[in-house]
Amino acid sequence: MRTNDWQSIVIAVVLFALAAIVPFIANGYQLSVAVTAVMYVGLATSWALFSGPTHYISLASGAFFGVGGYLVATGMSDYNLSFWLMAAIAPLVAAVLAILIGLATLRLSGVYFVIFTLGLAEMVRNLVSWIQNNFLGSRGLYVLTDFTEAHIYWMLLGVCAIIFIFGWWLGRSRLGFALRIIGNDEAVAKHVGINTAWSKVILFMTTGFFAALIGAIIAPRYSYIEPNQVFSPELSFLVVIMALLGGTQRLWGPLVGVIPFTLVWEFINSNFSNFSTLFLGLAFLLIVYVIPRGFVGLLQTWGEKIRT
Amino acid sequence: MTIGRTLLQVNGATKRFGGLIAVNGMSFDVKEHEVMGIIGPNGSGKTTMMNLISGELRVTSGRISMQGSSLSDLPPHQIARLGIARTFQLVRILPSLSVIENVIAGGAFGHAKKWGSGARFFAESLLEKLGLAEQMYQPVDALTYIDQKRLELARALASEPQVLLLDEWLAGLNPTELQVGIDLISSLRDEGRTIILVEHVMDAIRSLCDRCVVMNSGKKIAEGQPSEVLSDPEVVRAYLGDE
Repeated sequence: MRTNDWQSIVIAVVLFALAAIVPFIANGYQLSVAVTAVMYVGLATSWALFSGPTHYISLASGAFFGVGGYLVATGMSDYNLSFWLMAAIAPLVAAVLAILIGLATLRLSGVYFVIFTLGLAEMVRNLVSWIQNNFLGSRGLYVLTDFTEAHIYWMLLGVCAIIFIFGWWLGRSRLGFALRIIGNDEAVAKHVGINTAWSKVILFMTTGFFAALIGAIIAPRYSYIEPNQVFSPELSFLVVIMALLGGTQRLWGPLVGVIPFTLVWEFINSNFSNFSTLFLGLAFLLIVYVIPRGFVGLLQTWGEKIRT
Repeated sequence: MTIGRTLLQVNGATKRFGGLIAVNGMSFDVKEHEVMGIIGPNGSGKTTMMNLISGELRVTSGRISMQGSSLSDLPPHQIARLGIARTFQLVRILPSLSVIENVIAGGAFGHAKKWGSGARFFAESLLEKLGLAEQMYQPVDALTYIDQKRLELARALASEPQVLLLDEWLAGLNPTELQVGIDLISSLRDEGRTIILVEHVMDAIRSLCDRCVVMNSGKKIAEGQPSEVLSDPEVVRAYLGDE
């Protein structure tokens, strides 16, 4: 390992340790914002593992996240199963779902893929609502656990750590390299011997897995769950916006996008909740036009300017 | 190097696009250590033929095989893994990767499966061999056209291919660069590599190819040593038309 790697590891461990003590020093409101932030760090980072190198913009995060939350709620409410069992099953179900979706859609390119994932997320939401209303009784589901906000926070933090370790490994692996080549030129990728379809499906599956795991862990926070609430399309857009704001070329990119955005988003939602959608649209436009490569790109440009 | 056993066999390969028959019943063999040229007027189906071999396109009928195993039904990545590497008619560099990464990309997944420090070392030695030692740490968008072509060739060689497909690799080079390019391919030939090249530059065909196949309207109209086929009346007619 090079010294650079050791430096990154030390910084990561220190940041992680600092993040871990937040519940001891934060008040209730601050901790609830922190839970939201850690949730989006996990979602945006795992999203960027797939969409960053390949440039396949997926709007399906909400669907996988919803699968996680909904399965935990159904399992606990209707079948008296334990939270832990459901939190283990949910990501696996989402991973299988992601494989099926991936096999069907990853042949689509560019904007067609984006539209398809958006439509898909809506379809899953409506399907689940319909099943819930017609077969399982039209009532919400309760997720009652002994978890405090701090417990949820630490669990999410643990998931984030796993995502970062996975991302770090991926960046050094042949699979990660294959994804970068796919993002550059898919025709070249095929002709240098990359199984492009499977490489994309595997990473799409990973993204789905983590989104569902996070959805499952956060479910106890809401206590009462409705399909329309957990399968929110807004979440898919937020994940994309935060990841793009930070920048997807580096593993830590989404992290630096999520934290400021969560704070601003929280502020807007509590003070001008009628304008949150408007703000979302404006933020998206600003990012695409002003900082298309995110904060990471901005830092790189500045770095180059200083050196010359 | 002496020409060895038959490596690649094309047997009645046909490709239809709707009503258009781009390649029509092509048959030829390529032997080990041989440089085989595919020539013909524009639109005669040469690039389509290359795309059939590399798996970019699938044959409508006929069979392409390497050392007895069929390639015609395999997807491109599996064909690459069997040891067929290619360059593209319009050069295709991976723009967000470094020069060295562009070369490693060729070897990491295909036939050679090189990874880690071994892959890096091999990539550096290829770049040096192809005359890109000084450009090794430049950004890829700073490369000149011929250097981009060299880089693409290095990427193809990184997989240690059994058969190398060069699709108009010399096209677009100026006269000085052209000589450099011909010498480069000539050095590959001296190493005993098996190469199929599609080319318009007649000097290159004459000096590089052991044998060539002439295509016109998707069909093979001649096959043999370059000097023979280039004086064949039918070949002359295909290029220049009737008097």
